[in-house]
Amino acid sequence: MELLMEGFATALTPTNLMFAVIGVLLGTAVGVLPGIGPAMTVALLLPVTYSVEPSSALIMFAGIYYGGMYGGSTTSILLNTPGESSSVVTALEGNKMAKAGRASQALATAAIGSFVAGTIGTVLLVLLAPNIADLVVQLGAPSYFAIMVLALFAVTAVLGSSKLRGFVALFLGLAIGLIGTTTGQARLTFGSPKLADGIDIVVVAVAIFAIGEALWVAAHLRRRPLDIIPVGQPWMSRSDWSRSWKPWLRGTAFGFPFGALPAGGAEVPTFLSYITERRLTKHPEEFGKGAIEGVAGPEAANNASAAGTLVPLLSIGLPTTATAAVILVAMQNYGLQPGPQFLDANPELVWGLLASLFIANALLLVINLPMAPLWAKLLQIPRPYLYAGILFFASLGAYSVNFDAFDLGLLGVLGVLGLAMRRFGIPVLPLIIGVILGPKLEEQLTTALQISSGDVSTLWSEPVAIVVYVIMALLLVAMAVSSRRSPVAAPKDEEKVSA
Amino acid sequence: MTVVVAWSADEYGAAALAHGAAQAGQRREDLVVVNVTRGDALVDKRYAADDEIARVTTALEALGLDVRVVHGVVDDVSGAVVEEIQRSSATLVVVGIRHRSPVGKMLLGSVAQRIILDAPCPVLAVKPDDAADLV
Repeated sequence: MELLMEGFATALTPTNLMFAVIGVLLGTAVGVLPGIGPAMTVALLLPVTYSVEPSSALIMFAGIYYGGMYGGSTTSILLNTPGESSSVVTALEGNKMAKAGRASQALATAAIGSFVAGTIGTVLLVLLAPNIADLVVQLGAPSYFAIMVLALFAVTAVLGSSKLRGFVALFLGLAIGLIGTTTGQARLTFGSPKLADGIDIVVVAVAIFAIGEALWVAAHLRRRPLDIIPVGQPWMSRSDWSRSWKPWLRGTAFGFPFGALPAGGAEVPTFLSYITERRLTKHPEEFGKGAIEGVAGPEAANNASAAGTLVPLLSIGLPTTATAAVILVAMQNYGLQPGPQFLDANPELVWGLLASLFIANALLLVINLPMAPLWAKLLQIPRPYLYAGILFFASLGAYSVNFDAFDLGLLGVLGVLGLAMRRFGIPVLPLIIGVILGPKLEEQLTTALQISSGDVSTLWSEPVAIVVYVIMALLLVAMAVSSRRSPVAAPKDEEKVSA
Repeated sequence: MTVVVAWSADEYGAAALAHGAAQAGQRREDLVVVNVTRGDALVDKRYAADDEIARVTTALEALGLDVRVVHGVVDDVSGAVVEEIQRSSATLVVVGIRHRSPVGKMLLGSVAQRIILDAPCPVLAVKPDDAADLV
């Protein structure tokens, strides 16, 4: 508690407060704009890590992450185009509500629900992260190795519609992570000394997120403008409140644990929350026509999952979403190594960051509730202007890594890879996680094998490692069973999401 | 012979539409309403929704006019209007004009200005007023 108060002292300095405000404003803006997400934004802003204090930069990045979750709902509700993957489910009921003239209530329940869930999630994060870190500190290299394998496996196989595409992305990422001479041996360097240090993860992230997306948009530039639903001041009636508060809490209960698990991300919990609300509602006739529960639950779930994601990130150093992965890169740029010792070694930074999450949440409620119609105006920006700016920052960011034009070439090549992945429906997340975790995975494996002097059985010598492998085996079995039992039911669910 | 109206779904378009309808009525000519967009922004408020187009068409036909609507996504908005003038060998084109700030002039091109300069026929430039609302 004392630590948290000191954290507030750090977070409330004028500089850090300013960065929090910039973060939440940027985050909301990119959340509103479809195709531009918090992961891309943080990737583009990575160069600020060269000149800004670590605490300020991380406070800004966390603000962007939280803000993206708020902003995504606005677009989902008013346009029926999700601004973020995490608000896909919100569009189901939210847009129907808006069409029925209840847009302001939908926006209000989304914003207030996000605030409630974000606050509860952050409290849980503050309570859990130090305790988990204390547990994790006792783990040896074999357990770390197992947990990372599980994370890679879960992110690839559990999320997304096609497992094959997921693994294609994962192995592309692992291959990119292999490039270099970290082991003393030159791997995939093609004899080029410039590749000997490996490809900087900043270049990979910027290329895949920013260049890939910009090329994709350029290939689909002209399209019929969408009909936006005009909206006034968001507000809720007494009956809206009484119908919303339970879905908020249930959504939080889904979102936080799923965010904290290695199979993180907001897609699964938002969908589960939607299904639950549809089953529990007292107004089943309204579902499919604009039920407020169907907005309140998923919106709470996606914010709670954002808080949950920070638990493994801070206490184990394990990113489970694209944004968390890029934030991890930022920490590494500062020479910070998130993990069990991270909290003890940098109390001012970590507690400042945690305190700033509460501040960011409050700021987001203030800027989203009255200003949602204003944010929707961002959608009128012609995309050429927007993407010209993105390409500029992308090139600047890639060049500033080594001040070497070679990186710009890499940026182009990987950008085309990003475009191809979007074209063929290959998910981006496994690639990014693969690039980041691949080298760490190898490091833990080498450490484990060095200690055991080459005895492979050391990998299952720790109880935690065994438990993790059992979980993986169970997941595999569950996947095999469910794919055999309901080959028809699975695509049906997907249709609902895309509808 | 035809009167072309460059219509945007805002007050400037409404003025252009009202004056265009009046002109077409006086001259006993057909009316072509052009409402197009570059389609490079996700939302373009000046681009009318389909039901808005239907409302406008009904209102104009109620005035006894022969109406055709050009509605769609094009590369160049003013170019599309000029092309329509040539295709229908129009005798008049009506555009709504507005004040522009120095910053606005620097950042944005003006569709109305391009039409005024490029149109092969006389141009009627009108400003919004409260009386000029057909719909």
